[in-house]
Amino acid sequence: MIAIIDYGAGNIFSVKNALDHLGYESNLTDKKDIIAQADAVILPGVGAFPWAMNMLELSGLVDVIKDAAVTKPFLGICLGMQLLFEKSYEFEERKGLGLIEGYVDRITDPDLIIPHMGWNKLEINHRCKLFDGLGEDEYVYFVHSYKAFCDDKSLYSYCEYGSRVPAVVGDGKYVFGCQFHPEKSGRTGLRILKNFAELKA
Amino acid sequence: MLAKRIIPCLDVRDGKVVKGVNFEGIKEVGDPVECAYEYDQQGADEIVFYDITASHEGRGVILDVVRETAKKVFVPLTVGGGIKNVDDIRNTLRAGADKVSVNSQAVQNPQLIKEGADIFGSQCICVGVDAKMISPNKWTVYINGGRIDMKIDLIDWVKKCEQLGAGEICLNSIDTDGVRGGFDIPMLKAVVDAVQIPVIASGGAGKLGDFADAFLKTDCSAALAASLFHFKELTVGQVKDDCRSKGIIVR
Repeated sequence: MIAIIDYGAGNIFSVKNALDHLGYESNLTDKKDIIAQADAVILPGVGAFPWAMNMLELSGLVDVIKDAAVTKPFLGICLGMQLLFEKSYEFEERKGLGLIEGYVDRITDPDLIIPHMGWNKLEINHRCKLFDGLGEDEYVYFVHSYKAFCDDKSLYSYCEYGSRVPAVVGDGKYVFGCQFHPEKSGRTGLRILKNFAELKA
Repeated sequence: MLAKRIIPCLDVRDGKVVKGVNFEGIKEVGDPVECAYEYDQQGADEIVFYDITASHEGRGVILDVVRETAKKVFVPLTVGGGIKNVDDIRNTLRAGADKVSVNSQAVQNPQLIKEGADIFGSQCICVGVDAKMISPNKWTVYINGGRIDMKIDLIDWVKKCEQLGAGEICLNSIDTDGVRGGFDIPMLKAVVDAVQIPVIASGGAGKLGDFADAFLKTDCSAALAASLFHFKELTVGQVKDDCRSKGIIVR
C-alpha cells in the first residue's frame, strides 16, 4: 500500500486516480500509523511552501515523514518535491524537511513567462529507476514559479526553461522528487509513477 | 524547451457536450467523458470543460463529469463557466479539476481572482476574457457569453488580472469566434505583450495552419479550439504535426 499524505493540499485525488488506474493500492491519509505501515509514501502538494510546512508541523507528521524517507521509497511531487530541500525563500525564508541538500527560490528571468506552465522535455542527468522504459523524447507537465537549486549528484533530470530547471531529484537512496506532475503527464507520467510503485524498500 | 499547448474545449450543458456558433444555435454533440478521453488519446495537452448549464440545480452535473474524466484522463483538466465564489472553486478542484476558469464573475467581482489565488494558488486560477474590438488596437471586455459590453479596456483588465494573482489568461475574441478565419492575432499580440503570465488563444480556429500561425506571430503559450475538434475536421495530432513541420515545439 502506498500512503499519499493528505495535509489539505490541492488536487491530491489525481495522484490516487493515477495509482488506481495503474492497479496499485493507495490510501489518502494524515494518520501516522498508516504512513508508518505503508510500503511507499507520496508527498503531493500544490500551494505555498511556508503554508505547507506549517500544515505538516501542525499535523505532527514531520517525524513520521523523516522516518519513512530513510526506510522506504518516498516521492515528493511539485511542492512536495520542494519541501524535501533544506529551505525555501517563497515569501520568507522557511526551513524544509532537509532530506536533500539544496534550497528553493523563485525563477527570476524577466524574459520568461511565469509560472513555468505546460509540457517540457525531460533531459536525463543521472539515470535512476524512475526512468525505466522511457524514450528519448519524453514531455511532462509542469506548473510552478519556484525551482530547486541543488548539487549535480542530486539532479537526476532537468528541463530547459531559461536555465536548467530540476525535474527529478533524489538523495541517491529512497528519496525522489518530481517538480512536474506525473499524475497529469499522460503515459510518460504514468510510467514514472509505475516505476516508483515498483521500487522496494 | 517548453512546448506550445493544443487545448480542445468542450462546451457542456446539463452534462452533454454542445456546440453553437457565436454563442447561439446550440446543438448536442456527445458525452463529455468520452470526448475528453478521445482528445487525450489524440495528444491533447490539456482539456477544458466550459459549463454553460443555465440552472443552478444543473451545476452539480459538471462536477460528476470532471470526477469521471479524472479517473481515466491523465492530463490537466480545466473547468469554466458558472464559477461564482471560493466555494465553487474548491468544489471544482476537489472534483478533480486542476484549474478553474473564471470569466464574467471575475469582471463583476475582481476580488474573486485574488481570493482564489491566495487560497488555492495562482496556478489554478485561469481568467477567461471575452473581448471585442472598438477601434484598431482597442478592445473592450464583454461578459455573459459575449452579450454585455462592460466598457472596460482589455489591456487594463488583463494587467489587473495578473496583479490580482491570475495564473493564466484565456483570451477569446468575440470578433473571430465562430468565424473560423483564424485567431485574432492583433488582440493576442497586445495581451501577450501586456502580461508575463501565459496566454491561451481562443476563438477563430478554422483550419490546420491557424494554430501554427498564432504561435509564429505571437508569443502565446497555447491555442484552444472547440468545434474544429468536435466535428472531427481536425485531430489534435494533425495540428501538432503541422506545428512541428514549421519548427514549433509541441509534445
